[in-house]
Amino acid sequence: MLQVEHLSYEVTAEGRQSEILSDVSFSVADGEMLVITGPNGGGKSTLAKLLVGINRPTGGRILLDGKDITELSIDERAKAGIGFAFQQPPRFKGMTVRRFLNLAAGRSLTEDECCGLLGSVGLCAMEYIDREVDATLSGGEVKRIEIATVLAKEHDLCIFDEPEAGIDLWSFSMLVKRFEKIHKERKAGMILISHQERIIRMADRIMVISNGQVERMGGAGEVMPQLFGEEVESCACRQQKGGVLCGD
Amino acid sequence: MEINGVTKQVLDVIDSYGFKQEGAYNLRLDGMAVCHGDSRHIHIVKKEDVAGIDIFISGEARNEQVHIPVVMTKEGIDVVYNDFYVEDGADVTIVAGCGIHGSGCSESRHDGIHSFHVGKNANVKYVENHYAEGPKSASKVLNPVTKIYVGEDSVFTLETAQIKGVDRTKRETFVELSEGAKLFVTEKLMTDEEQDAVSDMEIRLLGEHSSAQIISRSVAKGTSRQVFHPKAIGENLCRAHVQCDSIIMDKAEVSSIPEINARHVDAQIIHEAAIGRINDEQMMKLQTFGLSEEEAEGVIIENFLR
Repeated sequence: MLQVEHLSYEVTAEGRQSEILSDVSFSVADGEMLVITGPNGGGKSTLAKLLVGINRPTGGRILLDGKDITELSIDERAKAGIGFAFQQPPRFKGMTVRRFLNLAAGRSLTEDECCGLLGSVGLCAMEYIDREVDATLSGGEVKRIEIATVLAKEHDLCIFDEPEAGIDLWSFSMLVKRFEKIHKERKAGMILISHQERIIRMADRIMVISNGQVERMGGAGEVMPQLFGEEVESCACRQQKGGVLCGD
Repeated sequence: MEINGVTKQVLDVIDSYGFKQEGAYNLRLDGMAVCHGDSRHIHIVKKEDVAGIDIFISGEARNEQVHIPVVMTKEGIDVVYNDFYVEDGADVTIVAGCGIHGSGCSESRHDGIHSFHVGKNANVKYVENHYAEGPKSASKVLNPVTKIYVGEDSVFTLETAQIKGVDRTKRETFVELSEGAKLFVTEKLMTDEEQDAVSDMEIRLLGEHSSAQIISRSVAKGTSRQVFHPKAIGENLCRAHVQCDSIIMDKAEVSSIPEINARHVDAQIIHEAAIGRINDEQMMKLQTFGLSEEEAEGVIIENFLR
């Protein structure tokens, strides 16, 4: 179980202090799926980076299964059971997909295991296993391999930062099914940062982050109507007022 | 012959295919050819005038190997001339390389001057690993000169790697490609401490439809210095791609000076060169797998030079 207590993150840029996240508290139980959504720039990815250890919070604490992990490094948190899929994964010259998956799994995977992992993210294993995770792969391909790296090992908590970004519709459906499967197994806790309605609908709970704060938190039945209802309403209002298109 | 422990240890590092006293081979130890063997299609003849060997590879050779490693365990300068004559249609892998086990406090230097005369429709792979070990007081120097003449429609693959420990190196590579000939070069280099490495390469694409791909990857640590100067000259309808990538660490210095020269309107030659530190995001990604900072750095370098 993940417990986040009064987490905050401030940065100083050009002599000015600004608060990126302020007093964020929530928890994710084992087997629970929490979807974090909200406007761009609201602090979702920053929160993920604080949980993984890429950035250190300026206040509050993070507990995994009752143990305070706030001061642990990235690799120590990984060993404690946190898996993370980057929104924009880096590429590696000379690193084959097979080697990358082995590193992710922390052991040498069998051919069948590699094939299963790549297949589950919509990639044909034979075509990819010996290719390098470099600039010759498209953004969508790198993104799917990134997700496969998290699936390569069992974690207590998996965090996926916008897994849908750059993935085509067909693979997205496969991905959703894979998330549903993990969710049904009810082993690992999952945090999905997403803007996709189909992913948001899968959630046990939804957390809306805006302006660095938790704006809303609750079950799908409770938050979904507010979330999408309000958006429709605000769109309609704007269209009535000036005929401006939604999203402008 | 019986190979002693130190020599065997060095051979294991420089001959990634595994050195055996079987088939075609020649082991040069401390300036002397100590053992050699021929195979049905590959004959090795000791030169009369200078130190070195002539290697004759028959056109009947199919997927065969010849191993010609050099090991130095004593101080001194060893200059050796090896000439390869590859007949039309041959298919061969030549595994060379030099390993120095330095001792004492003066210089151990090996200058391997190799020339390859490749006929038509042949397929030649030349693998050369350089490695040195031993105390700092013993200077370990390797200065290879490689001249390659590739005949019509032949393919030549050159894989060179300087694994570690070489204090100074000056590599000179010269290649001429005939009509339809293809060249693939992969050069990998790692320097550390105060080591110094210079690699000059000149590829002349003389024949119509000849092509060359040159990939150079290096890692410079400590206060080491590296200079790369690959030059591709297109003298006919041809294609060439030169790519130099370096990772720079600590207080090292890397110069990458790719040069392309076209002397024909249908010559297509491209070069790319990049020098940069280890990417922070790559480090972070590997750390999310549970690797420590040091382990992640090692994995990135190992893969980059793989």
